[in-house]
Amino acid sequence: MADVFPPDTVRCDACPVLCYIKRGHAGACDRYANVEGQLVRVDPHILLDRAKSQGTPLVPFLERQGDWDGKIMKGQETFVTAIGAGTTYPDYKPAPFIVSSEVEGVDMVTVVTEGIFSYCGVKLKIDTDRHLGPERNLVRAQGEPVGHVTTAEYGSQMLSLGGVHHLTGGSKSEGRVTCETLLDLCNGKEVELTIDEGAGVRVAAGKPPVVNGQREERMRVGCGSATIGMFAKQWFGKVDDVVVVDDHITGVLSEHQAGKLLGVRETGIVIQGRRSTPGRYFQVAEPGIGWGGTNISDPLTILKPFKPKFAWPHLRLLMVSTTGEQFAYYELDETLRPVEKELPEALKESVGRIRENCEPALTTVLFMGGAGGSLRAGVTENPVKLTDSVKRKLTRVTCGGAPAYIWPGGGITFMVDVTRMPENAFGYVPTPALVAPIEFTLKQDDYAALGGHVDFVRPLGDVLKEKERQRQLSSHGQNPWPLKPHTGSSES
Amino acid sequence: MREPALIRMLPDGRRMHLHDGPIDLIVEANGAPQAVSAAYEAATRRFVSILDELCGELPLLRQAARKNSERPRRVVARRMFAAVEPYCEDCFITPMAAVAGAVAEEILETMTAAADLDRAYVNNGGDIALHLDERQSYKIGMVERPDRPSLFGSLEITAMDSVRGIATSGWRGRSFSLGIADAVTVLASCAAAADAAATVIANAVNLPNHLGITRAPARDISPDSDLGELLVTRDVGLLTQVEIDAALENGVRVATLLRERGLIYSAALCLQKCVRVLSSFCAKSERDRSDGFPKPSAPRLHAQLELSGRTNPHA
Repeated sequence: MADVFPPDTVRCDACPVLCYIKRGHAGACDRYANVEGQLVRVDPHILLDRAKSQGTPLVPFLERQGDWDGKIMKGQETFVTAIGAGTTYPDYKPAPFIVSSEVEGVDMVTVVTEGIFSYCGVKLKIDTDRHLGPERNLVRAQGEPVGHVTTAEYGSQMLSLGGVHHLTGGSKSEGRVTCETLLDLCNGKEVELTIDEGAGVRVAAGKPPVVNGQREERMRVGCGSATIGMFAKQWFGKVDDVVVVDDHITGVLSEHQAGKLLGVRETGIVIQGRRSTPGRYFQVAEPGIGWGGTNISDPLTILKPFKPKFAWPHLRLLMVSTTGEQFAYYELDETLRPVEKELPEALKESVGRIRENCEPALTTVLFMGGAGGSLRAGVTENPVKLTDSVKRKLTRVTCGGAPAYIWPGGGITFMVDVTRMPENAFGYVPTPALVAPIEFTLKQDDYAALGGHVDFVRPLGDVLKEKERQRQLSSHGQNPWPLKPHTGSSES
Repeated sequence: MREPALIRMLPDGRRMHLHDGPIDLIVEANGAPQAVSAAYEAATRRFVSILDELCGELPLLRQAARKNSERPRRVVARRMFAAVEPYCEDCFITPMAAVAGAVAEEILETMTAAADLDRAYVNNGGDIALHLDERQSYKIGMVERPDRPSLFGSLEITAMDSVRGIATSGWRGRSFSLGIADAVTVLASCAAAADAAATVIANAVNLPNHLGITRAPARDISPDSDLGELLVTRDVGLLTQVEIDAALENGVRVATLLRERGLIYSAALCLQKCVRVLSSFCAKSERDRSDGFPKPSAPRLHAQLELSGRTNPHA
């Protein structure tokens, strides 16, 4: 039988079942898996491993054999994350793991716990100029309200999802669906959302968004006016006028300052919409999912008839969207009506360059939560001192080893990029609330000074001995090492 | 390299964790301290050879059970075969459908033979063998999604009930399912019987040829699966209420039949937040969107489904 299996099937010999495991799957025990053709052990409680080279996120099975002498990873090269550490909530007990390790001659303490966050949500940045829905409108998952459309950013639409009002303030199914949506987004899974009076989107952290079934490829390089400014020189002489269609500011080469400076001749073009300054127009159409985030599919609809006083037969006109994804080339006939023609070679390059300058469109998911009093009490007998220590940068906060941005002001309210955290770092409780890992790292002296549970501090070596429930990962390449003493003012 | 079996007490100092290959048992016994330690010792002594015994007959245990099949020799394997035999003329089933329950049962019997216990359970990944002395009872919680554990119901089993085995099967679980049930929990006289029945009922909760259900040949995922080329469920899209009702009805029909044949006492079927309970469960789960089940006049089983943390959006 064995010979008919694909070549990257491995046979696990960890027990007499001797499973054949296909690439990307786990054996009958769910403890051993075939990762890239290698048999690896996959257990919970994740230890980040600094020394491991990138690209081998799981420890190969064979390295676990024999007595591990601690030489492969010295203490400070391994950081215990809170993923799978468990939580003591709602008891004011010391956090499940308080680990000490020596870093550059200073005893460091890391307190790891899985926090239960009722006050939490995600901020979604969706790189698209397409209109997803009016600001403040509800965002729904499975028909339940889970968030709203918030202030758009440059080239991106922003959604704010979750929060205590959706989690526990609405109906039970609203809370449940909100919790599921947040959990899936934080764990990198794809989620389908609809926006009232707007679009349907499919989003996953670090992946291109899909708007109304259409995958977004690129972000715009700038608004229509900025695009004119950037490419005016490349168009000069090859075309008589260019319109860059944009829901925000549509630009017109012949009227734009950049065109004027080059001496581009007036063309008698008239654009629908509200003129802001010469060559820059607001509201040429309604927002939508057509050209440049407008609702137009035929760009000629934004042009009024050419003025005979300025325009001339055979005038060459390029219309292009801010991402270069849509473009059309026209020449005026004897009656000054635009007739679509094939895009000349000389212009292909500039359209291509607009596209090239548009960065890949992604969805980014930031988890945002606040560490409540009982979570802080797991770290110290006097919770406010932890807040103070975090604010004074004596204590570093990480989530699954990923750096967290701490909001100024009261409390410990933080944001973290979920793609920098290990896979499936989040869980939930039926409250409903999210369970997220959180680690506080500080000097042992400082820990004692803020009333830490010093009696519960365990040396790193001890924690590592409990290999049974642990899984070691290499640290995310872009994350600063959590145990490295602070150098700059901020790291996020 | 063969990893040795793991035997340890859990941090609470009460429960024992036995692990060997794909077998993970959580064991707890209550009674006099000497009795409990004698039971635990007997359990561990029996446990260490179980996996090797099973693997010795694995090719046979992976074949479809038939009336005239060659019978396995070892005791756990025989329990497995006995549990699936009642189904072998009606559907494809291999003794592996009862492996978890049979292992739990074997360990439980070893413990109760070694000592007098008030009560004890052996939980093999949700397939549970129970021992209850007079006036003892267990509260059992039911979970439909192992990846998002939350109770969809709970029940109490007392010494008065004849239930000594509980098992749950569904496509989200560790073993493959031919059906689309998130979870089917079965109460039966022993764990192996419950395990086999849960598998059969979960397979029956189905919508054949529905395009929203992703299926794949078992061997494509797990090359040595006992299910061979049979299509197993990999994903189930959101179903309409009519579809959910139809699929659950298919399962309820089979479950009712099994109860009439005396193979099970009761079953709770869960699909996309809708729950159907065979009437002897006595109360309905709060999540049940339908109203199809009459209240029994004299419940055979004292069982109560409690409200879960979530409720039905249509309530």
